[in-house]
Amino acid sequence: MSATPILTVEHMTMRFGGLVAIDDLSFVAERGHITSIIGPNGAGKTTVFNCITGFYKPTTGRLTLTHEDGTTYFLERLDDFRINRFARVARTFQNIRLFTGMTVLENLLVAQHNTLMHASGYSLLAVFMPHLYRPKENDAVELAKYWLDRTGLLAHADDPAGSLPYGAQRRLEIARAMCTRPKLLCLDEPAAGLNPKESEELNRLLVSIRDEENISILLIEHDMGVVMKISDRIVVLDYGKKIAEGTPEEVRNDPAVIAAYLGVEDEEVEQATGGAQ
Amino acid sequence: MEYFLQQLINGLTLGSIYGLIAIGYTMVYGIIGMINFAHGDIFMIGAFVSLIVFLILIGLGVTWIPLVLLLVLIVAMVITAAYGWTVERLAYRPLRGSFRLAPLITAIGMSIFLQNYVQLAQGARTKAIPPVITDGYTLMTSPDGFVVQLSNIQIIIMLVTIVLMAIFAWVIAKTPLGRAQRATEQDATMAALLGINVDRTISLTFVIGAALAAVAGLMFVLYYGVIDFYIGFIAGIKAFTAAVLGGIGSLPGAMLGGLIIGLIETMWSAYFTIEYKDVAAFSILAITLIFLPSGLLGKPEVEKV
Repeated sequence: MSATPILTVEHMTMRFGGLVAIDDLSFVAERGHITSIIGPNGAGKTTVFNCITGFYKPTTGRLTLTHEDGTTYFLERLDDFRINRFARVARTFQNIRLFTGMTVLENLLVAQHNTLMHASGYSLLAVFMPHLYRPKENDAVELAKYWLDRTGLLAHADDPAGSLPYGAQRRLEIARAMCTRPKLLCLDEPAAGLNPKESEELNRLLVSIRDEENISILLIEHDMGVVMKISDRIVVLDYGKKIAEGTPEEVRNDPAVIAAYLGVEDEEVEQATGGAQ
Repeated sequence: MEYFLQQLINGLTLGSIYGLIAIGYTMVYGIIGMINFAHGDIFMIGAFVSLIVFLILIGLGVTWIPLVLLLVLIVAMVITAAYGWTVERLAYRPLRGSFRLAPLITAIGMSIFLQNYVQLAQGARTKAIPPVITDGYTLMTSPDGFVVQLSNIQIIIMLVTIVLMAIFAWVIAKTPLGRAQRATEQDATMAALLGINVDRTISLTFVIGAALAAVAGLMFVLYYGVIDFYIGFIAGIKAFTAAVLGGIGSLPGAMLGGLIIGLIETMWSAYFTIEYKDVAAFSILAITLIFLPSGLLGKPEVEKV
């Protein structure tokens, strides 16, 4: 596991009118690590994701994504589909956004759109010379099956995505994001609404994505059971500012974090940290 | 009976043309939720391009009709598709994300512009070509001497429509482009996050719709032999009606709606008064929408959350 950063966020600020959602945030996500972003509700976690994945353009700041081969992408300059296609960043949503009208398998094939579109000569081959295109589509189906298997959804491949139970839809979102062959996977509360057994399975899945597929993960999560167990590094936000950063152990014992979560008076925080914060 | 059969053939032919145009309305509505009122005029452009290319080829001395028609078809599809692409790029894309009425208004503007452009460039008088495909088959003759005819051009129109529909259904269901279109239709933002170039997907939808309209245009020229700059308006309204009747957003619905509108029009003209054929077609539309607000094959509108 090399320790070169995959994502470097420098002095990112996001303002909506007078509201400062993110205030001069800088952090680094190491390659091959699970980096978690935590914080109370409204701390700006999802806004960070929205800036990384091109939903918002940060008001100021730089977001640098570096591939293993040293190619760098400035995410704040790329827009919508280019962030996935070129910078290879994939994400999932807090409220699940599957293509509910399509089958589970189709959802995963849509995620391989660019590979398939290229292979099929903008779909012309698929229409006029299907025998040339078929093998390439089979490859895509194989990749889809691999991820369906990993997420335990293989038996549901031909079901409409909308008919899956909630936990399965969450796993399908992750499988779909993985089918875009990302370098960085951004997961927005993947454990939300899962029962303890399911969130245990999720832990195993995320750890295996990190260790076996060598994919870096950026994670927003409220479920501390998940965060503390699998994160390599945690960034804590409150009111759009970074209030702490470190290993799970360091963060757990950080008075500022405890204060943010339990809502302690400012004076007490100052006492606890000796005025450092 | 024989009379009815003849009208059935005529109605299905007309319905095929409407269906081909209706596909363009329904696809565009499906993917970006706007009514492309300029689509009827794209059809008219297709008809004019077909006519011009046809005359040029004849002028160049190409006289083997199947080759001429194939070349006309290809050139008309390409040029009309370019028109469709341009209209989207110039008039609709800049307004995407604007308020709902804006693209509707530019669409009507585009429609008027295209009509006037053709009127200025080609003149207001009707253009005619002599019948190109003339032969046909006599299916039966009734005792009182009524002959049921199935002309070659009618066979060609129906065959071409069936083949194009089949290819098209395949494209939507099985190819990456079709999947991207369906994904964009459901959730364009998510599609973009999966690396799909949403703008290009929408452009291609317009291109495909315009290419099909060009085919309809060529069929119209061959079938009626007379066109003017105004045919796009009437045919466009009819095809739009067909799309709504079948359930706008639904591709089989557009085809079914086209056939129904074609049949109603023909039957009404044959058995009642030809002056009121449009009234009949639009009345059926109104009645259907009262009882089936989302059309015959349309899915009920589901609120996105």
